[in-house]
Amino acid sequence: MPEIRNYTLNFGPQHPAAHGVLRLVLELDGEVVQRADPHIGLLHRATEKLAESKPYNQSIGYMDRLDYVSMMCNEHGYVMAIEKLLGIDVPERAQYIRVMFDEITRILNHLLWLGAHGLDIGAMTAFLYTFREREDLMDCYEAVSGARLHATYYRPGGVYRDLPERMPQYQESRWHDEEDVRRLNRNRQGSLLDFIDDFSARFPACVDEYETLLTDNRIWKQRTVGIGVVSPERALQLGMTGPMLRGSGIAWDLRKKQPYEVYAQMDFDIPVGVNGYCYDRYLVRIEEMRQSNRIVKQCVDWLRVHPGPVISDDRKVAPPAREEMKQDMEALIHHFKLFTEGYCVPEGEVYAAVEHPKGEFGVYLISDGANKPYRVKIRAPGFAHLSALNEMSRGHMLADVVAIIGTQDIVFGEVDR
Amino acid sequence: MSTQDLLAHLRERFGETLLEARLAGDEVGIEVAPQDLPATARALRDEAPFRFEQLVDVCGVDYLAYGVDEWATEETTRTGFSRGVEAKVAGRLPMLEEDLSVETPHKDRRFAAVYHLLSVSLNQRLRIKVFAPDAALPVIPSLIDIWNGADWFEREAFDLFGIMFAGHPDLRRILTDYGFIGHPFRKDFPLSGNVEVIYDAEKQRVIYQPVTIEPRVLVPRVIRAEDAAEAAGTLDASVAKEAQDA
Repeated sequence: MPEIRNYTLNFGPQHPAAHGVLRLVLELDGEVVQRADPHIGLLHRATEKLAESKPYNQSIGYMDRLDYVSMMCNEHGYVMAIEKLLGIDVPERAQYIRVMFDEITRILNHLLWLGAHGLDIGAMTAFLYTFREREDLMDCYEAVSGARLHATYYRPGGVYRDLPERMPQYQESRWHDEEDVRRLNRNRQGSLLDFIDDFSARFPACVDEYETLLTDNRIWKQRTVGIGVVSPERALQLGMTGPMLRGSGIAWDLRKKQPYEVYAQMDFDIPVGVNGYCYDRYLVRIEEMRQSNRIVKQCVDWLRVHPGPVISDDRKVAPPAREEMKQDMEALIHHFKLFTEGYCVPEGEVYAAVEHPKGEFGVYLISDGANKPYRVKIRAPGFAHLSALNEMSRGHMLADVVAIIGTQDIVFGEVDR
Repeated sequence: MSTQDLLAHLRERFGETLLEARLAGDEVGIEVAPQDLPATARALRDEAPFRFEQLVDVCGVDYLAYGVDEWATEETTRTGFSRGVEAKVAGRLPMLEEDLSVETPHKDRRFAAVYHLLSVSLNQRLRIKVFAPDAALPVIPSLIDIWNGADWFEREAFDLFGIMFAGHPDLRRILTDYGFIGHPFRKDFPLSGNVEVIYDAEKQRVIYQPVTIEPRVLVPRVIRAEDAAEAAGTLDASVAKEAQDA
């Protein structure tokens, strides 16, 4: 009988469970992983270098394309860094809009994560359920920015425009007859805020549905309990942040610990895991969706009764309104300068971090006083998490590697940048 | 603990080791020499007023073109827009065509690694900057033994900037292609790259060839001085004088 030896297995880059373009070189002993060596960079687009060759505002759209399932949170990190260096204030209404959309984004991200993670380890139905709710939230994105995914909605000094008074509605087509349209438009009769309000009222029941499918599901627990255990000490050592850190029992959330925008006024809780394995991180993220929904509701209530400007009136940074530009010479000059040359940011360096759905998303900006950043460094949470894959998967079965990739919530847009 | 206190503790504990220690906004930043980095980092992780359990980020920086602009704003010229878009500055040229490193004021302090630390227990942040002494072979000690999470961050800085992290056990390229030549985030590396990949119908395989796209600039890099408005005032006067003379 031949001797059984270690052998090397190539996983990806075109594998449905590789969450994009991960190439994983696995050293196996039978079916047990000895070493995992992720080869990344297949989606490297040199976002940072591109940003260094453009005026500040022209790179906001690149930020959406980093972690392309939590678009607005990426923008948030970037514009916050610029604002910090410029020293400009953001109107309160814009801060509430940002917080609301950050939380909508968090729900979007966790829904996709839940669906994809479920699909990876054998739970098909959750995917169909989560995409139903994602559709509504992407309609919110579309209503406010015109784009369902890559919104480019945040600007240094505020947000691009105020929330629309009318929610866009479905129209009759080959695919939707009159009755369909009436049903689909039932909660789209009012403003965007009405629609979000309606969503936040029905969303907890949706989360209950996902939990019914998964939380006590025997197969789900067999695939996730005891898999990929990370102790709190190791989580810190390996640079883990966000749900990966909280799943290991460390109550660390930038929204609470280093509040930015209006998070200090919000009433929400931080869920924390106990054992640090995949199932705990699943529970943490599920609870985060519920908490995000609470924050969204609070923002909606505030935004309803507090109209006001949504972008700074500092004309050296934020462009004037279109009407103003047509009548006022000075406004026209400001507009022209902003869209040709951009604005110069004072010399200095700054690090701004937001609590992104995946962890700490930081932007380190060095300016030499020019209209383009001298250096932009994007600190992507997924990069640190994926670097821990080797340690997390060692000693597990081959199939568990898929569960671990899933629990890390890897998106290659941000890992490769 | 306030950032002021942190700064005071840092000055007290490390003294002469700190080449620079300052507070910018609400961020504390220090600079240390490469040989002092491991000891400083270990102390920052373990000692009581610091407790930086986490290394959040390592960022490579190339200071080659720092402060270099493409469009003089102090005085105008009649050459118009092209003076900005045709200027020859770092990152515009194909590699090695012209040696730019001689002109820049940042020749000796070209490559730096910037570390961002976070203390979860004391809720504070710190930035450490370390300049590599030799721009031709930038070497900085690795911190992988102190924070294991440094592994990929250092590989990234090596890949993109060519900074060598002494003591890193597995310093391979990470983001660029297998067999890539050069360090793409250096300021003298062109934005368009040096090679492009196409499918060659004759050879029936994918080949590399020199890039065919020309680098172009839509918006020149401009540094406006603080007294830009003042300069503009004198400018108007000189233009008016010229007009008078004509």
